[in-house]
Amino acid sequence: MSFDYQPVRALAKEIRINIVDCIGSLGVGHIGGCLSIADVLAVLYGKEMRIDPTHPHKTGRDRLVCSKGHAGPGVYAALAAKGYFPKEALKTLNQGGTMLPSHCDMNKTPGVDMTAGSLGQGLSCAVGMAIGSKIKGDRARIYAIVGDGESQEGQIWEAAMLASQKKLDNLTVFTDYNHMQIDGTVEEINSLEPLDKKWEAFGFKVIVVDGHDVEAIVGAVQKAKRTKGVPTMIILNTVKGKGVSFAEAAKVGCHSMSISKEQLETAFAELKG
Amino acid sequence: MLKDKLMKDIYVDFLRERLSEKNGKVVALEADLAKCSGVYPLMKEFPERVINVGIAEQNMASVAAGLSAYGFIPFIHTFGPFASRRMCDQLMISVCYAKQNVKIIGSDPGITAELNGGTHMPFEDIGVLRSIPNIVIYEPTDNVEFKEALPQVLKHKGPVYVRMYRKTPPPVYDEGACADFKLFKAKVIKAGDDATIVAAGIMVSTALDAATALAAEGISVEVIASPTVKPLDYTTIVASARKTGAVVTVENHNVMGGLRSAVAESLGEYCPTVMRSVGVKEKFGEVGKMPYLRKAFNMETADVISAVRSALQAKNTVRF
Repeated sequence: MSFDYQPVRALAKEIRINIVDCIGSLGVGHIGGCLSIADVLAVLYGKEMRIDPTHPHKTGRDRLVCSKGHAGPGVYAALAAKGYFPKEALKTLNQGGTMLPSHCDMNKTPGVDMTAGSLGQGLSCAVGMAIGSKIKGDRARIYAIVGDGESQEGQIWEAAMLASQKKLDNLTVFTDYNHMQIDGTVEEINSLEPLDKKWEAFGFKVIVVDGHDVEAIVGAVQKAKRTKGVPTMIILNTVKGKGVSFAEAAKVGCHSMSISKEQLETAFAELKG
Repeated sequence: MLKDKLMKDIYVDFLRERLSEKNGKVVALEADLAKCSGVYPLMKEFPERVINVGIAEQNMASVAAGLSAYGFIPFIHTFGPFASRRMCDQLMISVCYAKQNVKIIGSDPGITAELNGGTHMPFEDIGVLRSIPNIVIYEPTDNVEFKEALPQVLKHKGPVYVRMYRKTPPPVYDEGACADFKLFKAKVIKAGDDATIVAAGIMVSTALDAATALAAEGISVEVIASPTVKPLDYTTIVASARKTGAVVTVENHNVMGGLRSAVAESLGEYCPTVMRSVGVKEKFGEVGKMPYLRKAFNMETADVISAVRSALQAKNTVRF
């Protein structure tokens, strides 16, 4: 019997709605890079990760490090959808004393597995977790999402070398390849190309998929799970701001942008329609 | 004898014991300096739990944070400059901000880097790290204390930076004298009335030599060893300052950002006192053996004596 992807697609939609709700309530935020990872978040939280929202610190659980920490609201959107905390909390983004800060904080938000925000560090943390899981022999799977702009950080490649050296086949990394960063396109600023060849050269199994095709992402994650002896890099070809027309239209401007009440209404209409 | 051992061997013995524990939490990380720290044989003895990340210190700090988040207590080692300024942001964010329990061993503090010279001679590591919230900065006084301290470093929940001399440090304590050692407590090693010396690391022995020489002239100097510059045991230091009215700090670090700064901050708030300092003053490191370096950076016994005399003179003239 073939897998029914409809619930995962529905979760992706809910995550996008939650992202717009979360950032839109505040009126400004990193909406572009949150929307671009909504589908992979839906695959991870809706299908692949062995997690228990009622026990966010359960030992042996699968973990996600969102190394591009500014996509915190994207992760919160998924966590709220899974019931880690009430959805009303999404409206407290970046308010003083909130449990939902702009960048991921494991000590504030139930379900966030690692603090991130200073770019390049999260992948190393994920490598540490993957080594830890191997020592414990708990068969957990460790996932990390890195940004394409973030991949200009040298530490990403230090982490990549070690992951390969330690044969961390329990580690699956995603690149959110939306080709945009604050000051322009990745290609204009400091190109990563050939990105697939780079990760191959660093000893990873590399799979390139449409980052908005949940079926393709699931297929890639399944391949990663079957891969022995090497870590996997899944390059997600994505669109920054995906699913919200004003964000997509803003192109590099959607990294962090102001959102008006009218735009908020339009976005909800698009996503819920 | 404990006092004759290399300090790094005390670290290695401690690690071996902890790594041998079944289901123990300790793991050790190195960045291609396992042969320097003495951890190298442990890589073969405990291949899973001793991880050499290669020459990638920043990665080591964040990998350690990941291991900590997974329930382990990583001890990570590299030379002091790389264990502080090189991995500063990783210690700040992956370790401290994320509240991870990582122990950082920065070896060869200050002039003990000797022939590795200016690039490897950390006069700034304390200054670089001291403003990070909740990090503990510990500089062992000698071998006897270090052996007592390591289990407390492990037991403390949170990041600890250790300025570890690799060779045999000048002895200060007799064996057994540190049985009551408490990591965050400064210790009055020699009581005195005229002036107070607050010293750390290899400079405690120098301070004691200076106090002995001054005693021969009838000057009574109190010597306090301050193992943790953060948190600073200001209660002990302020009490002594109230008594003597003159304080000299003696450290193997830049006087800016290190022990002198920490002591001055506390005295400034609780007991403004005449101060003088011995330590590195606005200079980079350079190559040389210890006697040369002590002379080059004015860290000899005679420099401590001069500083005490200067403080005593000022004590009678300066009014707050």
